[in-house]
Amino acid sequence: MFPFDRSNGAASGSLLSARPRWGEKIIEKVIFANGMLAIIVLLGVLFILLRQGIPALVETPIHKFLFGTAWYPVSDPPTFGILPFFVATMWVTVVSTVLAVPIGVGAAIFLAEIAPRKVADAVKPIVELLSGFPSVVMGFIGLVLLSPWIQNTLGLNTGLTGITAGIMLAMMSLPIIVSVSEDALRAVPEDFRQAAYGLGSTRWEVIWHVCVPSALSGISAAVMLGVGRAIGETMTVLMVAGGALALPELPVDPMMPMTAAIASGIGNAVQGGPQYHALFAIGLILFLLTLFVNLIAARVLERQKRKFTAG
Amino acid sequence: MNQVSMVTVNNKNNANVQPEGEARLRMENVNLYYGEFHAVKDISLDISSSSITAIIGPSGCGKSSLLRLFNRMNDLIPSARIEGLVEFDGVDIYQPGIDVVELRKRVGMVFQKPNPFPMSIYDNVCFGPRRHGIRNKRALDDIVEKSLIQAALWDEVKDKLDQSGLSISGGQQQRLCIARVLAVEPEVILMDEPCSALDPIATLKIEDLMRTLSASYTIVIVTHNMQQAARVSDMTAFLMVGDDRAGMLVEYGQTSEIFTNPKNKKTEDYITGRFG
Amino acid sequence: MEIKNIKSRYLTQRVAIVILAVSALLVIIPVIGIIIYMIANGYSSLNWEFLTASPAQAGKAGGILPAILGTVYLMLGTILFALPVGIMAGVYLSEYTRANWLTRLINMAIINLAGVPSIVFGLFGLAVFVLGLNLGMSLLAASLTLAAQALAMTITTSREAIIAVPKEYREGSLAIGVSKWQTIRHIVLPQASPGILTGAILAMSRAAGETAPIIVVGAAFLVGGLPVSPFDRFMALPYHLYTVSAHIPGMPGEIKWGVALVLIAMVLFFNMLAGIVRIKARKR
Ligand SMILES: Nc1ncnc2c1ncn2[C@@H]1O[C@H](COP(=O)(O)OP(=O)(O)OP(=O)(O)O)[C@@H](O)[C@H]1O
Ligand SMILES: [Mg+2]
Repeated sequence: MFPFDRSNGAASGSLLSARPRWGEKIIEKVIFANGMLAIIVLLGVLFILLRQGIPALVETPIHKFLFGTAWYPVSDPPTFGILPFFVATMWVTVVSTVLAVPIGVGAAIFLAEIAPRKVADAVKPIVELLSGFPSVVMGFIGLVLLSPWIQNTLGLNTGLTGITAGIMLAMMSLPIIVSVSEDALRAVPEDFRQAAYGLGSTRWEVIWHVCVPSALSGISAAVMLGVGRAIGETMTVLMVAGGALALPELPVDPMMPMTAAIASGIGNAVQGGPQYHALFAIGLILFLLTLFVNLIAARVLERQKRKFTAG
Repeated sequence: MNQVSMVTVNNKNNANVQPEGEARLRMENVNLYYGEFHAVKDISLDISSSSITAIIGPSGCGKSSLLRLFNRMNDLIPSARIEGLVEFDGVDIYQPGIDVVELRKRVGMVFQKPNPFPMSIYDNVCFGPRRHGIRNKRALDDIVEKSLIQAALWDEVKDKLDQSGLSISGGQQQRLCIARVLAVEPEVILMDEPCSALDPIATLKIEDLMRTLSASYTIVIVTHNMQQAARVSDMTAFLMVGDDRAGMLVEYGQTSEIFTNPKNKKTEDYITGRFG
Repeated sequence: MEIKNIKSRYLTQRVAIVILAVSALLVIIPVIGIIIYMIANGYSSLNWEFLTASPAQAGKAGGILPAILGTVYLMLGTILFALPVGIMAGVYLSEYTRANWLTRLINMAIINLAGVPSIVFGLFGLAVFVLGLNLGMSLLAASLTLAAQALAMTITTSREAIIAVPKEYREGSLAIGVSKWQTIRHIVLPQASPGILTGAILAMSRAAGETAPIIVVGAAFLVGGLPVSPFDRFMALPYHLYTVSAHIPGMPGEIKWGVALVLIAMVLFFNMLAGIVRIKARKR
């Protein structure tokens, strides 16, 4: 029937005397191990932070650590109170969010609902460009362009303040807020809009009373992601927030957010010493904070996705 | 022509047929579920060697599901669950320890939509043999030529073997897919509506091809096209959904019998176009 | 909806649209402004010497070659570690697992990994690679640290690219008795490669700009000579920019802008490259 050879033997092998295919089995094991990698790394990060951070919380009782307002890592004995850092993180995050959310959501509405497709398509790469800017470059821009302007405009002693950092952070969270909100708006089914137009609504009324409410959960996820980004951002705040150790009272004060505290302290910290552990403890708090924010964002996004697909 | 048994129709439930000769493929009280959904219900049928068996029936009655049971393609669907016995050459192919890869090598499949790989015609045909360890260039050349000749495609593509498999016409693509299956020397070829995406001329070409191939291969073909079943097949199985939406075998027998003298009223209605 | 004063409704609409358009402008104008400003200021310092010489006078003169090279090595090192494992994890998630609690857990882990602040990865790298594995403050330790951070991205993009491969190709291969792994190796991965490549390039571009982690795991401001071994300390562009702009008083402006421009050009070049690969792949 077949003039060419069946000699490699496999073709006539029995279905049951299966060759074991060891190579394939090993590869599948390797693939499985790699599949677990994300979990392993995430747990690894948590483990390291706990292991290196907990000693600090033993040394300094946790409430003193969290609510203490003095950070004197090299005095004897050292004092580790991170409230100034925490408050600084809150200030820059608040400033960033207050600026980025209305602008970002507004831009998303404009792109998704009002701008012609061509305009939206042209703007997209520009927004993506922004998301590709390294944070050190944004810090640099803040340092040389924004901070002198802030100093003059507000008549401050220094332009390196929480506000300056917040403005730069706002720019950095815009891409994610715009793109996630835009996606959420575009996912609102056309019939929703048609139905509202059918009732004689103006375009703006349709947008405001139909589209935005329908996309609200997606938009709030976008906001959460922006917040997460602002909390975790390091270089920008390290370079332009001012780096003052005192408890900041207003956003116009120079301040030192948690990420900056780690970055500027780790180089001087004696490995395994009290400051070293204290910085890891700050890392642990940061980790948990961003984990919390991201989990909520993921939850909300998931729900938004299901809203128009499963129903 | 093969010996074919007479049809016995069980009016209460399913047709149950035992050909006199040895069966190449055999199903016994097979049920298939997709999650909660009962897609194939209590089907038993035997398929003998070197014949063409057509599976016909209205859309959604479970023809593809049934066909995919023979080479365990349903394994790819996470929700699929099977009960009952499916045998190939007397071996229960769902028993533990079965080498599914080996099974699929012997029971190849052609799909409804031509799906040549995005590589050259030559590489498409060689793909199976290469994976099965044939490296020798001469041997591969031989396989390509023979498979394409068998698939009645050689003359049309012999000068452009290095062109993409996607660059040829739909009918040629489907024959390329058949050649790709032939290249691994299967014993059974399952075809799921192989002509539904093709024009009438391409369809006739594939039908001719099937007749030729039936001398050396056991072929099972799912088709929507009644004339096609009548033209090419030796045996015909007619499936329909019952009241519970599960597909069941209404009648199975010699094609000439089914089309000229159906035993079951539903078969007759379907064949004469009164529904479906 | 009541038919109240039509005029006032349309006025509201006009005002709203203007506000929205202004917010869109507020997003894009600073970006364009920054780019133009950066080119205008940095352009003059971009000359052959700047790109090919080592720093002189504590970075206030000379060039930035060691920093450029350090960044290139970091990008390569990062992708060397992050891509193979990312692809395999992507294969696992798209081909070897079904929707169950474990997959959900893994996906959760990926999302959260993507959100971990970069400085925290720095701490992780310091404790694990620099001190734990005793790699010291080296290119290798920094690459591994950045790879841990890039993982979320390489996994996600690989997984998406692999899932996008039509199932007909897989079926066609499996149906002629080709094993699952061989199908993945010879059909799925080649088909997914443009998407995987896009993700890899983006991950590299991100590694190029990453600063906080390498501060922690030991980038240096000035090193004598070019890096030759993975165990060497290294300079890197983003760290250089940080130092020259925030720490060295009296640094000439054109050096700062020049470093910034080179860095951003590199990052944007790779972003654009990724875009081109993506568009090319879509056309196929
Ligand atoms: N993967 C699946 N998951 C759940 N249900 C499925 C799946 N595949 C098929 N079904 C259902 O099983 C039934 C039989 O499907 P099948 O594809 O076998 O029918 P068919 O006879 O081949 O139809 P057609 O002629 O349209 O190809 C249908 O109701 C279909 O919706
Ligand atoms: Mg079908």
